[in-house]
Amino acid sequence: MEYFLEQVINGLQLGMVYALIALGYTMVYGIVRLINFAHGDVFMVGAFIGYFGFTNWNMPWPLAIVVAMIICAALGMTIERLAYRPLRYAPRIMALIAAIGVSFFIEYFCSLKFMFGPNYRVVQRPFEEVYWSIGGVTISNIQVLIFVTAVIMLIGLQYLVYRTKLGAAMRTLSFDHDTARLMGVNVDRTISLTFGIGAALAAVGGVLYAIAYPQIFTFMGIMPGLKAFTAAVLGGIGLIPGAMLGALIMGQAEVMTAAFISSQLRDMIAFSILILVLLIKPTGILGKTQPEKV
Amino acid sequence: MGVNSNYKRLALYAAGTVAVYALIKLLVLSGFINPYWQRVLDQSMIVAIGALGLSVIFGISGQFSIGHAAFYGIGAYTAGLVTKSLGGEAAAFLAALVAGVFMAALVAFLFGLPVLRLTSDYLGIATLGFGVICKVGFDNANKVIPAMGGATGMTGVPQVADFDWIFLFFILSIVLARNFVQSAQGRSCMALREDEVAANVIGINIFRYKMLAFVFGCGLAGLAGALYAHRYPFLHPSNFDFLPSVDFLIIVVLGGMGSLTGTVVTAIGWVFLLEVLRAVLGMAFMDWRGVIYALILVVTILVRRQGLFGNKEYGFLAPRVFKAKEGPNATVKG
Repeated sequence: MEYFLEQVINGLQLGMVYALIALGYTMVYGIVRLINFAHGDVFMVGAFIGYFGFTNWNMPWPLAIVVAMIICAALGMTIERLAYRPLRYAPRIMALIAAIGVSFFIEYFCSLKFMFGPNYRVVQRPFEEVYWSIGGVTISNIQVLIFVTAVIMLIGLQYLVYRTKLGAAMRTLSFDHDTARLMGVNVDRTISLTFGIGAALAAVGGVLYAIAYPQIFTFMGIMPGLKAFTAAVLGGIGLIPGAMLGALIMGQAEVMTAAFISSQLRDMIAFSILILVLLIKPTGILGKTQPEKV
Repeated sequence: MGVNSNYKRLALYAAGTVAVYALIKLLVLSGFINPYWQRVLDQSMIVAIGALGLSVIFGISGQFSIGHAAFYGIGAYTAGLVTKSLGGEAAAFLAALVAGVFMAALVAFLFGLPVLRLTSDYLGIATLGFGVICKVGFDNANKVIPAMGGATGMTGVPQVADFDWIFLFFILSIVLARNFVQSAQGRSCMALREDEVAANVIGINIFRYKMLAFVFGCGLAGLAGALYAHRYPFLHPSNFDFLPSVDFLIIVVLGGMGSLTGTVVTAIGWVFLLEVLRAVLGMAFMDWRGVIYALILVVTILVRRQGLFGNKEYGFLAPRVFKAKEGPNATVKG
């Protein structure tokens, strides 16, 4: 039983990291209907900046997170400006291929020797790992940190989307760009900021991931990126609580499979759940089914 | 256009194909194409066969798939298993090809039954998930069938697919894809790509044609995989996971959605691009290969957002234009 509860917590830890990535995917998708494949690589850049922050640049780790957020936000907005904005009203598949291209570019460019280099790096944690035992269940301070940070980010994002002018603009855009423009929404600026916020969240996820699973390399973003996007679809793409829920399910599915069945089958189970959910409810768990208009 | 000129066209294309074949053979025999570039050429034709499959599924019928390499892998492993147990004679090789195509098509049919009801991005994500599941399957296949090698890769498939075989199937695939696209079935597929509801209203059974295109396209992927298994002595699950699927997708979109010409040319160009970069850059700048490759991809998309060939077809692949003799709206594009 204790083993089971510990696995639940491990799943929560992984799920929260996925959630931080999935939020960026879902926000961007909600507004521009683009699967931003480069998002997983922004996550990777975040992890590296955080790592350089608290090892090479001797920053306290909270500062390293903030620096990673700022740099990744700038990166996300730059990508949007250079690669996606010119294709915004082109066929959607073109923007998707551009996103794949940008993703490859970031991966290979960061693998160059004067950037991050092609090798795996082992992350020295910026603080000692401490374990607490609560009723026989072991929890580490890293897990608490990830949980608290993710929840704070989620609440902050909910506030931003539902209580601020920017959030209102984002929600308007998710319905119709032209109408939003008529209502006085600055479309370019709002989309740009959405990419920035999503990238900053991915950066937080990246630094936390580097602390929790202390090994980083330039292609590390692919799988978590895919899974986070899958999580967003699972929960209902375009919905913030959906991304969170989907990410938690993905995290649990993966950790539970690894713990009780076979660690090699973890991806298989996670994606089987996805296909099952899509078949039963194509718009995701929380998604609303819209009647098809002719 | 009379019957005679049709035969003339056909003879012309046949002669052209033989000429290309003879030219390549000559270049090989004269040593101008060394075994390395021969290998690249073979690889490019194999990729083109697989990409034609995705072109029919996505470009022609509009069914978004990011799991195409899974069917490529199913074809490769199935065919590999057949010749590994039967040996490498021509008959066994052909049986292996048939088995690879059949297996890929069968899996596509079973997977398509529930999944093809999904549309656009949701279908894409489901196929992506299927690709990951297949990769895990290949990784662990040795637990059920030891000959499949699992995560360490499969070896020992007789290497009997030489240039002649691959060229033959390359041409066959082009003819097959072209005839499919220009048949009534192909037109139905195009109709449902443009607008599913409208297609349904004019009496097209959407699901049936989605399935037809999907099974046909995955069958071609299976053929490509079966050839691959007999050309490259080492099959590894990572040859058939997410990134090769993305490669197929890039080729189809970059070539121009709905253009088979674009798919074939881009597939060959895309494979050669990587190797040419390798040759041009030299060891010191090898790290830059991926960067340049990615940049070429992004810039091409930004400059030509309709793809290299738009949706146009050329030469043999172009649909014939029928001209009526009289009447005000005489020209009807076929």
